[in-house]
This record gives sequence, structure tokens and C-alpha cells, in this order.
Amino acid sequence: MAAIYSLYIINKSGGLIFYKDYGSSGRMDTNDSLRVASLWHSMHAISQQLSPISGCFGIELLQADTFDLHCFQSLTGTKFFVVCEPGTQHMEGLLKHIYELYTDYVLKNPFYEMEMPIRCELFDINLTQAIQKDRVALLAR
Amino acid sequence: MPPVGPRSGDAIFANVERVNAELFTLTYGAIVRQLLTDLEEVEEVNKQLDQMGYNIGIRLIDEFLAKSNVSRCVDFKETAEVIAKIGFKMFLGVTASVTNWDADGTCCSIVLEDNPLVDFVELPDTCQGLYYCNILSGVVRGALEMVSMKTEISWIRDMLRGDDAFELQVKLLKQVPEEYPYKDDE
Repeated sequence: MAAIYSLYIINKSGGLIFYKDYGSSGRMDTNDSLRVASLWHSMHAISQQLSPISGCFGIELLQADTFDLHCFQSLTGTKFFVVCEPGTQHMEGLLKHIYELYTDYVLKNPFYEMEMPIRCELFDINLTQAIQKDRVALLAR
Repeated sequence: MPPVGPRSGDAIFANVERVNAELFTLTYGAIVRQLLTDLEEVEEVNKQLDQMGYNIGIRLIDEFLAKSNVSRCVDFKETAEVIAKIGFKMFLGVTASVTNWDADGTCCSIVLEDNPLVDFVELPDTCQGLYYCNILSGVVRGALEMVSMKTEISWIRDMLRGDDAFELQVKLLKQVPEEYPYKDDE
């Protein structure tokens, strides 16, 4: 059972810098994940322009029949989004937490080049822990 | 989840991992010293410190935003207050104050009474042109650039040059709009 299907991080210019699959459903190859990322980047931007509410910062939640997509955009323009089972709760908190992990284990790594794909083992380890914790919390609820 | 309000600089400072202040001060001193040896020219050292600060700032801003929970500032005045009250407290453990606003609210001074970088420093005669803490101005410039504010930052007062405080003048040059460069005709 997997509440979270996948996690994406997109840099401010729309490039996919991190992608991870959890569980079997909705597994995608590299090309598909790149396509989803750039599609989402554009849709997010368009939604800001189309929104009837002024000062809108883009879509935060997309609900479909088979999945929910929760998106968090930092003020610097990096987007974090998870695709999860419909109705999964507390995703905003998880995304904020992932943002913190990103600032700690990616941005503070002196060998990480800004805006480039993330290949940081410490980030992977801590991310896995965070996702697992979230799953345990979900089972307990 | 209910929206979380911004956390105070003190609260964040209490929660982050810290190193011994002396180690920090001495490490910074060693860096400046090495730069002086390598680059020889004081002007070049100022430039290099600013560039190093900038490189730190463009990464540090995200940590600041992630851990402080501050939301979008309504104007530059709020931005300056946030830097002085939360930013400096969170990363340096000192509080700064904001003064000397110009009429149109685009230029102000951030005044530091206390600065851990200079605890043991006396500027020798050979380095009179050195802005010892120039890394700080670079950090602020880099951080603000990542949230679409182009700024120019200069030192007005420097305790190492005999002034009574550190004063950093922050001038907002322009705000780059975040909108994507949509051009319908292209």
C-alpha cells in the first residue's frame, strides 16, 4: 500500500531536478517523468494568469479520479509536488518538511550546483525516512 | 493543517545546530587572511568576499524561508525588517535595527551594534581599505536577488574603522517581476 506515488522537484526554470517513485502504481520512465514535470510547470504558470483571484500563486492541489497532486512552491520559485492516493491528508506538511530537507542536504552541499539535478545521498536517506514516517503516521491514523 | 505563522528569530536560533562562536570567528579570520595573501590587493579581497557572500546568500535564502515560515513581504520596508530582526538573529545570533529610510522607501540602513565576525580583529594600517565583513553584504545581496530584488549594498559605518556601529546601506535597484516572460508574438 502506497499513499504517495511519486515526488518531483522542479527548478525555477521548469527543469526536473529530482524524481522519485514510491510503490508500483503509476510508475513512469524517465521521459514520462520529464514530461509531467514540464507540463506541470507550464500549467502552474498558466493557472496564475487565468485565476480570477488576484495575487494567485498557482495550483496547490489537483484532484483527479485516480490521484491527487499536491504542489508547494517556495518563494524562490522551486516547486515540490507529490502525486498520491486520492484523499491523502497532511501533504502540505510533508512538502514543507521536504523543502527543509532540500535546504539542509542539497543546498548546503558545497558540491551541489544550483539548478542542476539533485544527486545527494544524504538527501535521499533523509527523504526516505521522512516518507516512511509519513506512512507510519498514516497507518496509525 | 492550519497555516503556521512566522517564527521569531530567537526561536529559530534556539533550534538550529550551532558551532562554537570562537571557531566561527577564527575561521572567518583565516579566510580573510588567506585571501589577502593570495590576492594581495585589498580591493580584490573586498570583491572576493562579496562574491563568496553572494554564493552563500543564493543558497541560504531557501533555508531562511523554509525554517522561518515568513510569507511574502508586502513591501521593501517589511523585507528590511525581516532581514534585520529574523535573518540576522537566525544566522548570526545578533539583532540589527533598520533606520535612515529615504522618502520613497527604497533605501535604508541596517545597523549592527554587535558583530561576532570581528570579536578579535584590529585592522592594521596596511589594510585600511578592507571591508572586513564584506561577506555579509554579499549574503544579503544574493539572498534578495533570489526573491527577485536587485539591490546595491555598501558599508556606511564600520567599527574596525573607528565608527560606533556597523551600518549597511541597502538600496533597492529594481524588483524583477516573477511572471514568466510571456510574449504572445513570439
